[in-house]
Amino acid sequence: MLTDWQSIIDDFKNVVPGVEFWSLRLVHDETEMLSVREDVVQPPNLAQSRGAHISFIDRGGMSYAATSALTREGLAAACEQAQRWLEASRRHGLIDATQVPRPELSGHYATDVATSWDNWSLRDKLELLQDINRSLRISPAIVDWQAHLARRRTDIRLVTSDGVHIDQQFHYIIPGYAAVANKGAQTQERSGGGWGSSRQGGLEQLAGFNFPDGARQVAEEAIALVDAPECPVASADVLLMPTQMMLQIHESIGHPLELDRILGDERNYAGTSFVTPDMFGSYRYGSDLLNVTFDPGLAPEMASYGFDDDGTPAERTHVIRDGVLLRPLGGVQSQARAGMNGVATARACDWNRPTIDRMANLNLEPGNSSLKELIGSIEYGVLMDTNRSWSIDDSRNKFQFGCEFGRLIENGELKGLVRNPNYRGISATFWRNLAGVGDAGTFEVWGTPNCGKGEPNQMIHVGHASPACVFRDVEIFGGE
Amino acid sequence: MEQYFRELSSTLFTGLAAGEILLLNYQGEDSDFVRLNHNRIRQVGHVRQQSLQLDLIHRNRETSATLQLSGRLDEDSAQAQHALGRLREQLPLLPEDPHLNYAAEVHNSIYHGEDQLPAPEQALEQLMTAAQGLDLVGSWAGGEMSRGFANSLGQFNWHRGHNFNLDWSIYREGDQAVKQNYAGFEWNDEFLAQKIACARETLALLGEKPRQLKPGKYRVFLTPSALNELMDMVSWGGFGLKSHRTAQTPLLKMVREEGRLHDTVTISENHADGFTPRFTRAGFIKPDQVELITAGQYRGCLANARSAREYGAEVNCASESPQSLEINGGQLHQNDIFSALDTGLYISNLWYCNFSDRNHCRITGMTRFACLWVEQGRPVAPIDVMRFDESIYRILGDCLEGLTHEQEQILDSSSYEWRSNASARLPGALVKEFTFTL
Repeated sequence: MLTDWQSIIDDFKNVVPGVEFWSLRLVHDETEMLSVREDVVQPPNLAQSRGAHISFIDRGGMSYAATSALTREGLAAACEQAQRWLEASRRHGLIDATQVPRPELSGHYATDVATSWDNWSLRDKLELLQDINRSLRISPAIVDWQAHLARRRTDIRLVTSDGVHIDQQFHYIIPGYAAVANKGAQTQERSGGGWGSSRQGGLEQLAGFNFPDGARQVAEEAIALVDAPECPVASADVLLMPTQMMLQIHESIGHPLELDRILGDERNYAGTSFVTPDMFGSYRYGSDLLNVTFDPGLAPEMASYGFDDDGTPAERTHVIRDGVLLRPLGGVQSQARAGMNGVATARACDWNRPTIDRMANLNLEPGNSSLKELIGSIEYGVLMDTNRSWSIDDSRNKFQFGCEFGRLIENGELKGLVRNPNYRGISATFWRNLAGVGDAGTFEVWGTPNCGKGEPNQMIHVGHASPACVFRDVEIFGGE
Repeated sequence: MEQYFRELSSTLFTGLAAGEILLLNYQGEDSDFVRLNHNRIRQVGHVRQQSLQLDLIHRNRETSATLQLSGRLDEDSAQAQHALGRLREQLPLLPEDPHLNYAAEVHNSIYHGEDQLPAPEQALEQLMTAAQGLDLVGSWAGGEMSRGFANSLGQFNWHRGHNFNLDWSIYREGDQAVKQNYAGFEWNDEFLAQKIACARETLALLGEKPRQLKPGKYRVFLTPSALNELMDMVSWGGFGLKSHRTAQTPLLKMVREEGRLHDTVTISENHADGFTPRFTRAGFIKPDQVELITAGQYRGCLANARSAREYGAEVNCASESPQSLEINGGQLHQNDIFSALDTGLYISNLWYCNFSDRNHCRITGMTRFACLWVEQGRPVAPIDVMRFDESIYRILGDCLEGLTHEQEQILDSSSYEWRSNASARLPGALVKEFTFTL
């Protein structure tokens, strides 16, 4: 445990005013970042975030205060701030605070770590990153190259006035490398080794990201993409690899199913949803091949946990089964407001923000087709790998996504590279064109640490695991 | 907190070994956050956070740590000393850093903005009263923000300000809404009332049946807010020295192929006009202004401390992404916008932009909020949201017909980790051809 919470909890109990319900969420987060860019070791950084989030419910009002001052005086000042806002909440609150469900179960969760961060010395880690730099710098055409390796550890304790006590300890590993190739006014970047993603666990997770072994291939592909033809403009099939499926799931299934968006909370910022409450239970979201689960138990996936930050136990649940929409992604507050079942996804990015509905681990379940069979099913199309551009409307319907890497597929066979592969579509129809779902052999665990939402803004990690998938009749195009 | 930061700094500098240099960056925030939906309070609370970054330098090597402060000197000193101990263990394991760069000359500065903020409860009462009967959704963020810098060479800088950012939308039905913002340092009841009254007028127009545009090229007017969304994308590597030298800037054609924007386009990073501290995290003092594009031609870059050392430039920013971007105003007057547009699309807001071809600065994104179809100089109906895909070389180049004389100062409402103090001062833009794709 990073911090001895008990003395802070004791201090808090000594200063907390008499309210009907309180909860105290204590968070200690540490991130250590190492990186080497263009063979130069960048200054390492050890970032620590530690603070308390206090929530009150009292006589119909509901408010919070957060502080990094974990002294008795600091906690007392935070309690005063939360109390100050209770009255405004009572008079103008949107939610009947007396109806907000309270956590009932205590418990704990901890990430499994096989190889600890400290098993490798700082010198070993930096040498590895320098080796990767050498593997990336294979030609004068490579104009920028870098590798990073970080670890994050987060301890969260939630205690409530009802006696609930939840401890969760998370360990993350954050690796990646990238190479940028250029000729004239044409630049192409290729990334790998987990770049832009993360996993729970220790250094044993690196192999699953092909870290460091894929570095040279990344550089070779960046160089090849510079001279590759543009992705054709056509209506064609696309084969999306898990590194792009992750983004497709995130933007056009995850966000539209967030219950707070459906309830309108996000309309001023992150947006609303084309999904309405009456669709659950009957709406055909995709083809029969589409099965999507909220799965907090897939061990190395980023957003695995035992409880959400409101203290609700988390369990695997289908949100889409055989193409039919079943459940939204919403925690107990949103469920109470909407009068419908959700899943345990009330999460806060840190101690300084309140919980809102997030998507956590949202996965597309494997099907039965091998990668070879998926390719073989395509007469004319493009394989797209590794997301690099994402844009979707505020109802999460009209989207346009782009990838780092594309390969033509003709008559069931992979052909040459294409650069700047982009595609666009509409969520409400795109998933109904899902024509092939890869088997477990194509299934990969990804996610992003940078999902933004909420007012005040919150950046949080989410997990998305998926097989490779084929979609029919998609509008594809390239650059220029 | 200024005095506290001085005392804490002094304590930590006293304990340094011979040859060690320590840079300290303090960041503090005391903010209220109120979230509204359906013109009622959805979430409300207060956040107090204080952090300290320590950069320890010795024998041309640097390593750093960031920690949260409690506000109690004995506890924070002990915590920082512990962190310094860890950094001292790391330093000998690091190679020399050829890009290490920190201010060696001492430039002290103190800025204390006056606290003229209203009581947030009262400001919100006024908002909710003015918007009675309306479906208002949005947020209030306001309070004190402070930044400090101190180094063991004797430099001390302090910047403290108080501001608010009230950002909201008023919905009529479906996705038809008016987006508004009121941000600043001093509250004015009448200004807020005028804003809401103006929204009520626009809402009436949003009741008209939305036009469904077919994909194609349209004549458009981009408000400063819409242009700001596009410039946020261009700023993603567009103006940084590192991204220029590594050929990753989306403005690469301006450097490599003599690409240019319209000769009425002049873009600068106007530090003197912004709200960020004038000192950087390495202790350098920013110049008043950095010219980036002058009369349509590439002029210069933003260079942070490390890039400046690497490429032999002067440090002229804290971040290579603009924090106080300005585009000069043009000749089109505010009152003439609709008549100059004649028939086309008035784009109030754009949303979720990203590059579809970075090499050609081609950006895709969506229309959002009250974008209006205009016929013969008169707004007649809202539109259903449309996706655009267009290059900055056309929007601010070949297809630009004019920039408004009036500029709008936009205070960034974002609050990831901390409330932002970035801003932009931009005109609106009349564009003769703008491509919609979906």
